[in-house]
Order: sequence, then C-alpha cells, then structure tokens
Amino acid sequence: MTFAIEAEGLVKHFGETRALNGVDLTARTGSVLGVLGPNGAGKTTSVRVLATLIQPDEGQARVGGYDVVKDAHRVRQLIGLTGQYAGVDEMLTGTENLVLIGRLLGLRRAQARSRAAELLERFELTDARDRAAKTYSGGMRRRLDLAASLVGRPQILFLDEPTTGLDPRSRGGLWDIVRGLTDDGVTVLLTTQYLEEADQLADDIVVIDHGRVIARGTPDQLKTQAGGQMLEVRPVTAADHVTVARIVGELTGAQPEVRDGLVSAPLSDPAVMPAVVRRLDEAGVTVGELSLRKSSLDEVFFALTGHHAEEQQEAEDAQAESVKAGV
Amino acid sequence: MTTATTAATRPVPLSLDGRVSPGTTVRNVLTLAWRNLVQIKHNPMELIDLSIQPIMFVLLFAYVFGPAIGGTVQDYLPIVIPGIIAQNALFATMTTGFGLNVDVTKGVFDRLRSLPISRIAPLSGRMLADTVKQVWSMAVLLVIGFAIGFRVETGPLHLLAALALLLAFTALFAWASVYIGLAVSEPEKVQIFGFTIIFPITFLSSAFVPISPRAPEVLQFVMRNNPMTHLVEAVRGLLVGDQGGGPVAEHAAISLGWGVLMAAIFIPLSMRAFKRRI
Ligand SMILES: Nc1ncnc2c1ncn2[C@@H]1O[C@H](COP(=O)(O)OP(=O)(O)OP(=O)(O)O)[C@@H](O)[C@H]1O
Ligand SMILES: [Mg+2]
Repeated sequence: MTFAIEAEGLVKHFGETRALNGVDLTARTGSVLGVLGPNGAGKTTSVRVLATLIQPDEGQARVGGYDVVKDAHRVRQLIGLTGQYAGVDEMLTGTENLVLIGRLLGLRRAQARSRAAELLERFELTDARDRAAKTYSGGMRRRLDLAASLVGRPQILFLDEPTTGLDPRSRGGLWDIVRGLTDDGVTVLLTTQYLEEADQLADDIVVIDHGRVIARGTPDQLKTQAGGQMLEVRPVTAADHVTVARIVGELTGAQPEVRDGLVSAPLSDPAVMPAVVRRLDEAGVTVGELSLRKSSLDEVFFALTGHHAEEQQEAEDAQAESVKAGV
Repeated sequence: MTTATTAATRPVPLSLDGRVSPGTTVRNVLTLAWRNLVQIKHNPMELIDLSIQPIMFVLLFAYVFGPAIGGTVQDYLPIVIPGIIAQNALFATMTTGFGLNVDVTKGVFDRLRSLPISRIAPLSGRMLADTVKQVWSMAVLLVIGFAIGFRVETGPLHLLAALALLLAFTALFAWASVYIGLAVSEPEKVQIFGFTIIFPITFLSSAFVPISPRAPEVLQFVMRNNPMTHLVEAVRGLLVGDQGGGPVAEHAAISLGWGVLMAAIFIPLSMRAFKRRI
C-alpha cells in the first residue's frame, strides 16, 4: 500500500497558540481522507502545511513522496488546493481565472483556453464564463474555485471545507465530482465540519481537536469505537428526565445527554437493557420511547470532543461576544 | 499492451523540476502582471481612479488656486502640474498594498503560492502592473496639462528622466504600501492609512505652493527637508527648468536616498509581517 500523504508529529505555533500539537496522518493513494474537527481544531493549518504554504515548526510531511519543506516545488507540481476562502480573483471572469492558472502552470494560450472551457462546462459555469467572478453566487464561486484547483490535473487534491455555504443540491454535485476524481486515482484530503459529508465521501477519517488527532479509522470503525450503540429513552412526563438520566447514567457508566426530553447515552453492553427497563419501572417512570441504535458520527464526535459539530459555531460566537464584552 | 495502456492513462511525471528556471520566473511575472491589468476591464471604477481623479485635481488646483497663488493660471501651471504628478504617483503606490491585502484576505494569495511558480512572481507581477498604471496616470496628467497650456520646457530626455525618477521613487516607496497591505486586516484600512500618511506628506511640501518665508520656522524646516519637496523640485526642474528650487541633480539624489531608506526599513518589516500573516 502506498501513501500519497504522510504526516508525522506536525507542530505549528502562532504566537501563543499551538495550532498543531503533533498531528500524524496518512492518506492511501487514491482514497479520500476526511479530516473532521470543530472550529479552531487545526484543520486549515494542517492543510496549509501539507500544501506547502507554511512550514511546520516540528515534524515532517511527505506529499506524493516528496518532503513538503525540502521539496516544496515538486510537491506543488502534484497538488491542487481549494482553500477555505474561495481563492478566485473576483475582478476576473470565470474564464480568465482558469486561463490565469493554466498560463501559470505553463500551458500555451490555446491550451489554457480549452482547458478552462472544459472545466467551466463540467462545473456548469459556461453561461457565466464571461462575467466577473464578483457577480457569482457563493456556490458558483466555490465551484469556480474547485475548477481552478483542477486545471493542472493534480494527483493529490486538498479541499478545505469545500461545501461550506453550499445548498444541498450543489453539495451533492460536489460529492459526485470528488467521487469521480477518486475513480481516476486522485487522492483527496477533505476537511469538513459536516459529519454526513465525511460519512458519505471518506474512506478514512481522522478527527482533530486542539491540534491533535483524537481518533482515526473508517467511518464504521469510528461509529463502533464510540460505544457502538446508543440507548435512547423518552419519558412520557418530561419532568422525569432527571430520574431517567440518573438511572441511565448509573447503568451505562456514561454521562447521558438530555435534549428535548430525550435522554441518550452510548452503550457498550446491550445486556444492561433489561436492567434499564426494570429500574425505570421501579422508579415509577412511564416510558414513551425506548430504543437502541447504532451511533451516528455526530455522537462519535460528541463522545470525542465533548460537543456537537453544529453547536460549535454557536459556542464560538457566544465566546466571541463575551470576549468583546470584556468578560 | 495492457500495461502500456494503464500506464498511459495515469501519467506520473517521472522527474519533476526541482526549482523554477529564470525563464519561467519572467513568464510568471508577466502573466501575473497581465492579471492585474485585465482586472481594470471589469472594474471601471479603477480607471476613474487612475484618470478622472488626477484630471479633476489638475483643473481644481489650476483654476481655483492658480489665480490666487501664481497670479494667473498660466503662471501657476509650471508649479502645479509637476506637483500633482508627484502627489498622484505617491497616492497611487497605495494600490500595491490594497491589491495585496485583497489577495491575502480573499485566499487568492494562497492559491498562487500553492502553484509551482516563482516565489517572487505574485508580488513582482503586481508591482510591474502598478508601474504600468503609474505611467498611464502620468501620461494622462501630462496630456491634460498640455491641453490647458502646460509645456515641457526642457526636452524629451529630461521628460524621460523625470518619469524614471518618479517610477524609481514610487517603486521604493511602494514597500511602505506593501507593509501596510500585509499589516492591516482589511483593504479599506490600507486606503485610510495611506490617505492619512500621504496627505500631510504631500501638502507639507513645495508641491503646490512655494515654501513661504512667512511660515513658522519649524514648518519651513519640515517643508524644506520633506522628501516630497526634493522629489517635486527634481521633477519640476526636469520638466520646466529651474524655477528657483535649486540644483536638480541634488534634489533627485536626495529624494532617491529617502526612497532607499524607506525600502531598507519597509522590506524587512514586510517580510516579518508576511511571515506573521500567513
Ligand atoms: N495566521 C494565524 N495567526 C494566528 N493564529 C492562527 C493563524 N492561523 C490559525 N491560527 C490559530 O490556530 C488555531 C487553528 O486554526 P485553524 O484555522 O487551523 O482551525 P480550523 O480547524 O481550520 O478551524 P475552522 O473550522 O474554523 O476553519 C486557531 O486557534 C487559530 O486561531
Ligand atoms: Mg479552517
């Protein structure tokens, strides 16, 4: 098995911030590696190190077999990058943006033009090709950005949150494109905050938090790793959820979570189910809903990082507010 | 046969280039300069910035201040046209920092730096394009000046020398703009900074009015030693001959000295800001 991307012990400081605190990751050639993590986890910093934009303070990484620091110029000939912030020139048209990249990659004018036309067609931008990119919608800009990273037919593609801000249809379209690329043998490293996206696309997932990899495996392995199954109990009387949470907590040994009157906790041993039913009955709780199901990736994420993926943004905003308020 | 086909469908470059050749560097710089110039096509506002604004300045200064300062408009033109050309050139250096800031904040800079191109091309291409814009603005100002009666009294070589001096000075001064572009968070701040710094520099000089002996001593001292005064006197001397401002070569040398000093300060600062920013 060969690895298109190998990183070992990457450390990167920004002043006091330790953006990367020893990141190890590998991506098999021709596979999709999903890098999952909350805001500020170090996803973008990892991508920027691997795409030769910044140098790590410690550790090393090889992309396509070349060292990202010592052989950066060779690495750049193999990769494509779609950064978190659309790297298109808003003052240029779609065509001009792609021709620019083609020319910089050494294509002749005519070659660059036909490659641009081909990619615009593929990303459904042909109608908008002669309009300045500043007139594009967010989704169109994202697609143009992705097209720009494909001009040089990269063998290894870095996509940093490529579907953030896209509507479901565009997101699905992008997923199809990524699948098509891997069919051609392209290795893709994709960061995302959408667990569904990682579940859909990634062959392997690494979960990063605070600059460290806190879990890795296939989507299925990760789901099993976080307790395998979820026990969910919904008492008929909402006020009973405190009692339910206590009982569930005692029996599963995990910290249950209460959301909208639904108490849930990861469960590793299904044999405790009868005990749960008995204890609830003894406590006089009438149960409206009781179920056992496989964990979702979101729960894996919660178990690993202590918060839900989608709650993260709100938490960040709240934190920013309190910082502003001088709290 | 089958193996050959498989190998052909996935071309793996066996030997990748280890570094960028000088020829490629030149091509990269030209491509990126083209990119910065073709932008104008889709942003007519920039053309207005580059042309109409200088024209307005010339007309306002010549016809509003002229009669008051120089006696007549015609007498004032040899003073004010070189002054406005120099002032405009200084303001125009802010486009370098502005554009750089846009590229960095929008992610364009990351995209460019992820490509196998010369490391110096993104900034050099921009600076080359900005030089072309400078030449354009200077030409516009000379033409409008000519239309209202300004004449180059020296000769074509002197004219070229004046343009060369302005371009050299602005290329050096542009490093301050690069630094601001990398240090501030948004493009608009580049303009605010630029305006706040350049406005007093240009007005505390002999660009629009001769230094008055009735001005406070401190002010006279500042105005006389302002690099802008040296630049303007040199350009004025080269375009219309001696207007009582002193030896042209000396003014030119002193203004270039200031430019070199600025670059010596702001190139390292820019490098540091760049490392911190990315
Ligand atoms: N240029 C920089 N200067 C200072 N701090 C930085 C810089 N880049 C990143 N950081 C910090 O490093 C940490 C990791 O940031 P990074 O952008 O890698 O996170 P992320 O996982 O991509 O987050 P997000 O989901 O918000 O994009 C954060 O605390 C961030 O504030
Ligand atoms: Mg990020």
